[in-house]
Amino acid sequence: MARFILRRLGFMVMTVLLASIIIFWATTVLPGDLASQILGRFATEEAKSQLRTELGLDRPVVVQYGSWLGNYVQGDWGKSPSMNTLVRPIVFERLSNSLMLAVVAFAMYVPLGILLGLIAALRKNTWVDQTISVGSLAFIGLPEFVSGLILIAIFAIQLNWFPAQSAIPPDTSFIEALPYLILPAITVALTSLAYVVRMTRSSTVDVLQMDYVRTANLKGLPPRKVLFTHVLRNSLLPTVTVVAIGIGWLIGGLIVTESVYGYPGIGRLLLFAIQRRDLVLIQSTALLIVLIYVVANLVADILYAVLNPRIRYS
Amino acid sequence: MAASASQPVFEIEGLCVDYTTELGVLHAVRDVSLAIHEHESFGLVGESGSGKSTLAMGAIRYLAQNGRVTDGSVRLNGVELLGLSDKDLRALWGAKIGVVYQSPLSALNPSIVIGKQLAEVARQHLGMDASAARGRVQEMLTKVAMPDPEAVMKRYPHQLSGGMLQRCVIAMALMTNPSLLIMDEPTTALDVTTQAVVLDLVAELKREFDSAILYITHDLGVITKICDRVGVMYAGEFMEQAELKELFKRPLHPYTLDLLGCVPHFDPTPQKRSLVTIPGSIPRVDHLPPGCIFAPRCGFVEEACTQARPPLVAVDGAHLSACRRWQVVPPPAEYLRAATEAVREVQTECVAREVLVAADDTQVHFKAPKGTVRAVDGVDLEVCVGQTLGVVGESGSGKTTVARAIIGLTPRTGGDIRLRGDSLALSTAKRPRSTLREIQMVFQNPDASLNPTRSVGDAIMRPLALLGGLDRRQARDKALELLESVSLPASYFDRLPHELSGGEKQRVAIARAFAAEPGIILCDEPISSLDVSVQGSLMNLLMKLQVEKQTSYLFISHDLSAVQHLSDVIAVVYLGHVMEVGDATTVLTPPFHPYTEALLSAVPLADPDVKQKPIRLSGSVPSAMNVPPGCRFHPRCPRNLGDICREQEPPWRVGEGDHRIYCHIPLDELARLQAETLVLDTEESA
Repeated sequence: MARFILRRLGFMVMTVLLASIIIFWATTVLPGDLASQILGRFATEEAKSQLRTELGLDRPVVVQYGSWLGNYVQGDWGKSPSMNTLVRPIVFERLSNSLMLAVVAFAMYVPLGILLGLIAALRKNTWVDQTISVGSLAFIGLPEFVSGLILIAIFAIQLNWFPAQSAIPPDTSFIEALPYLILPAITVALTSLAYVVRMTRSSTVDVLQMDYVRTANLKGLPPRKVLFTHVLRNSLLPTVTVVAIGIGWLIGGLIVTESVYGYPGIGRLLLFAIQRRDLVLIQSTALLIVLIYVVANLVADILYAVLNPRIRYS
Repeated sequence: MAASASQPVFEIEGLCVDYTTELGVLHAVRDVSLAIHEHESFGLVGESGSGKSTLAMGAIRYLAQNGRVTDGSVRLNGVELLGLSDKDLRALWGAKIGVVYQSPLSALNPSIVIGKQLAEVARQHLGMDASAARGRVQEMLTKVAMPDPEAVMKRYPHQLSGGMLQRCVIAMALMTNPSLLIMDEPTTALDVTTQAVVLDLVAELKREFDSAILYITHDLGVITKICDRVGVMYAGEFMEQAELKELFKRPLHPYTLDLLGCVPHFDPTPQKRSLVTIPGSIPRVDHLPPGCIFAPRCGFVEEACTQARPPLVAVDGAHLSACRRWQVVPPPAEYLRAATEAVREVQTECVAREVLVAADDTQVHFKAPKGTVRAVDGVDLEVCVGQTLGVVGESGSGKTTVARAIIGLTPRTGGDIRLRGDSLALSTAKRPRSTLREIQMVFQNPDASLNPTRSVGDAIMRPLALLGGLDRRQARDKALELLESVSLPASYFDRLPHELSGGEKQRVAIARAFAAEPGIILCDEPISSLDVSVQGSLMNLLMKLQVEKQTSYLFISHDLSAVQHLSDVIAVVYLGHVMEVGDATTVLTPPFHPYTEALLSAVPLADPDVKQKPIRLSGSVPSAMNVPPGCRFHPRCPRNLGDICREQEPPWRVGEGDHRIYCHIPLDELARLQAETLVLDTEESA
């Protein structure tokens, strides 16, 4: 097991390194460099080249990349030219917002998805199953900006239960932020619910047909016990993996939802950075998102191995 | 032990089970009755589709959602099961009714340790707490002769061998000393040597526990080891029921007679005879013939048989038969002689001394993360023109890998393989077409070896065009000819594989192999996944085609009786090495290699009158990553000599003809040790 995790960690480091190269390379080939950005469109060539020397932009790309990565690892993420502040505090502020949203969304769709998937599997091919499957599938196709606007129209404007905009100020505590998180979280949950439902349903249907479930039944165990000790443990394996991999997207990939609600998450920060061509901010944010995805995958792998003795002991 | 005057423990009367399917309601089991007494075991025999599992599971009311018991009565200790509530039924399952399943690996939960899974039964039904239940599990594991029960309890199912797992399942089923023990093909998934050990165990437990046993199997040999009374099922009904010996000595139904005749018998004569075949196939339960359901396939049919369905009636004491002409059913020996014919003479000498394929110290080693897998580890074989070389061994012996190395699917890593004297390239990609044409293969699973989207005709025409160089029209004619030679109608030409039965698919695979007009066909367990009657007809087909086309076969199987039936020369392999090789007759008579001896002793003979000498192997085949030093068989060898076997590789001892045995014990010594034959005195003569 230790070797398994070490190997995975190795892969993870390689992935992040590769991603950092791609990110750095992509930002250097974009038109306009840091110097012209800081000094503005009307700066003289001399001023720019002087600043370039100061910033080290005249060095070879490989050296620039090395020093950028070195600084990044040491926590020096540089200064954002467009916001004129240090990058790291902003990114971390947004990251914590994203985490809050992710937690609420996660708590909504994962238990519900598993529950609905189980019910559908146990009532296979009945109207209950069909309602759940069709119902959850209907939301997959619905883009977030549509479902988001509908939710706002109903729950914010009509019923006035929740705020329509979620632009929470910095340093809002989780409790204070909660009312602002509900609608965006529902929006996210609606698109993800169907994956969890389908995964849970199909794997539970498979497991229910396994010989060992017959064995458990013919042992005379009560149906509840068969379900909890023999079915769930095996049927939730694939779901756990899918859900764990989804965590990356849940934190770093909610650009659309965050935009609909004006929520200051990390996805919208990246969008902002790209719009302003803020290279420093783009690099830092993008690499952080990569890191989140990679860690989520690692967690998924380890969880799977822990839950599945056939992997653990081979 | 036979039916006593006492009340039966388990009684089924007039049971009917229906399945609701897209085809409508299927009457899978119709009006079936049986009774089992304490300590008695009832063997339920039948081919797939005969309804034997449906009968057993329907009787204890564990059916799929679309299954339903529609009529009849099932009583366990006098309690009617069919009226019980679900809750009361669950109180019986696991407590009064224990079940042992076909595949122990899939019958156990992969993510829970053995000890916990077994303890559940004790906790649920014996009201034990966790530690008492653990004690009970340990006690039961000891009773089923499990080595180191404490360690086994901490293992997950995938960490144990099949034989060990089946012992765990048996221990679990007997935990509560149930009144009824249902065993559904419990040894079918096991190797023959493991099967023998498990059968011994069941026979012993039968005496120790009070359970009435319902034993389901397709294997008539296994029946003789366990059962007191036997019922033969066909398409959802009993054809015959009788005491074990009675059934084998004097079957009173033509179907039983045919079943006995379609499995090969051990008789090392120089003449190869055909097997009994049953024409046609089991009728679908929604298309049953109006009269006797076996009538369309029966050799003793007359007009009246097709008019009304004959009931199962007592014809001779407790001997029941559903045949209205049971008086004309001949004794098995007589029938066997009349219904089979001599097909070919054993060919032990090479014709014109022409060796077709020779393997010379062939090795196939695979690199694995944790070492080297020595799948094939120095194999010498020779197949002459028109000859059949049978290769027999347990799973993990490397027999399939040898075939794959010969045909070039798995490149050999050492030694040489020659075709008509010329060394063959390592892989198919480097071999010329003429060589590819010469060596063909028939695989175990026809479902996987036939492309599901290509018609039967396409499958056969492909090698004709590719290797035979025929144009489309010629290929089509030739393919139709081949279909006929494997006894399939021309109408099958445009069918897709899924429209065919397992046996028919294998016939297509055989036709495809013959299409290239090969010198040799490598048959890798070609009949193992099929029903016994289908096996018989395929063996007949292989033999017939061999005579017609003078093709050589390399016939690989774990089934010693099938191998001896078809082969001229037999090679016994163990852990990637040949242990014994020689003419079929010499290999099957003493002196044997100790491994051959154990294999022979483990084969359950379909004759309740013979007692086989019990030679049992301990443990299971070691991993090919850890081949034992010295003689690789020594850790399991019942005739182990000690140090010499542990330390030194054995010599080849050469006997009569080309008979060779890889053993430290000299041939005359082996002959002396094995003088008493494997088949002990029959009770007949005693």
